[in-house]
Amino acid sequence: MTSPIGLSREEMAQRVALDIPDGSYVNLGIGIPELIAKFVPEGREFIYHTENGLLGMGPSPLEGQGEPELINAGKRQITALPGAAYFHHADSFAMIRGGHLDLCVLGALQVAKNGDLANWSTGGPDAIPAVGGAMDLVAGVKQIFAVTQHCTKKGHPKLVEACTFPLTGVGVVSRIYTDLAVIAVTPEGLRVLELSPGVDLAYVQERTGTELLPSLPSS
Amino acid sequence: MIDKTVPSVAQAVQGIHDGATVMIGGFGEAGSPIELIHSLIDQGASNLTVINNNTGSGEVGLAALIKAGRVRKMICSYPRSQNSTVFPDLYRAGKVELELVPQGTLAERIRAGGAGIPAFYTPASVGTPLQEGKELRSFGNQEYVLERGLRADYALLKARCADRYGNLLYNKTARNFSPLMAMAGGTTIVQVAEIVEAGELDPEAVITPGIFVQQVIRIPNPAHESDLVRQGVIYP
Repeated sequence: MTSPIGLSREEMAQRVALDIPDGSYVNLGIGIPELIAKFVPEGREFIYHTENGLLGMGPSPLEGQGEPELINAGKRQITALPGAAYFHHADSFAMIRGGHLDLCVLGALQVAKNGDLANWSTGGPDAIPAVGGAMDLVAGVKQIFAVTQHCTKKGHPKLVEACTFPLTGVGVVSRIYTDLAVIAVTPEGLRVLELSPGVDLAYVQERTGTELLPSLPSS
Repeated sequence: MIDKTVPSVAQAVQGIHDGATVMIGGFGEAGSPIELIHSLIDQGASNLTVINNNTGSGEVGLAALIKAGRVRKMICSYPRSQNSTVFPDLYRAGKVELELVPQGTLAERIRAGGAGIPAFYTPASVGTPLQEGKELRSFGNQEYVLERGLRADYALLKARCADRYGNLLYNKTARNFSPLMAMAGGTTIVQVAEIVEAGELDPEAVITPGIFVQQVIRIPNPAHESDLVRQGVIYP
């Protein structure tokens, strides 16, 4: 059952957008991260990278105006904004691996307290393994945000002591945005920076598989 | 006189032998050389190792080649698609092998192969199941995994425009892996919508220089995979 408590998917995307500095080069993963482009705060400009070869990705085309050869990494038709650039895959991943992108926002199956991310496979015996560019992104982009529901549809915590699913990268996530909280990955563990409206720390802790540290008093 | 144009797709793919390694350009349908792939199905070569980011959709193009049982092994980063069960079904049945490679590593392996670099170190996949069995080495205070360059007997690509020297221009995000595969293919065969006179392409704008291209075939109105899938086309 869906809980009415906490942020919606759109609100989560909007919350992430608030933390992206003006002028950032950003790669958005599939799912909730894709929604972030709708919520660029007034006065800021972000440039979106899609790893299949475009900087300056714009929104979906109007009905009937799409092109089969202008798509994003999720293989959906998109547009190219004025000032965009196309490039081949080795250049695209040189941007990623070479640390030229400021931020990548990805979905998550699990995030561990040390920032380990699992987001490509549940490791099931019948699963077809498919990784795409996730491992390159987490290894190379300057900062990795994970945005995810706090728990699975079955109510299991996604923030855990150690990931049980196959890893995408080790210690790569710096911040986690969920429907219930904004959480920083710190050397001491997961620290709550912000709680969603109507939610207290005990409520979030109950739904988390590892200890949460309370937010520090703001100075 | 150098003229790399060939008159038919059948002639373009006729030399591809059983057991060949074939790179096929494209990311999803963008840049997929459907007409060349269909001609390869007609030609009959089997036991192929195919390198592509994906495994095709519907039952056309790459998915049709796999369905026809011609592919022994796929090397790719994302072998699933919303509208195809061809690869997953054969994979679960143990009838096709898979070498799963992170997408950036796949691109760099192809680039390295074409550039004469036998292997390189990358941070992608360190600490994950895809690093298993590979050599690790530390540079500074970070660990990297050794990955090997990839070459192929053939590369089948799609571009927008060529001249008789094989200089190429692409179309938007259909460029993706093709310039890398052009370098790594022993025989690189490119289908293009348009062939122009030598000198008409601005040398500053050429994306793939013709030295990397052996054959060019003109396909003026290439099919789009999504259109064929929507129409329910099954090839052959």
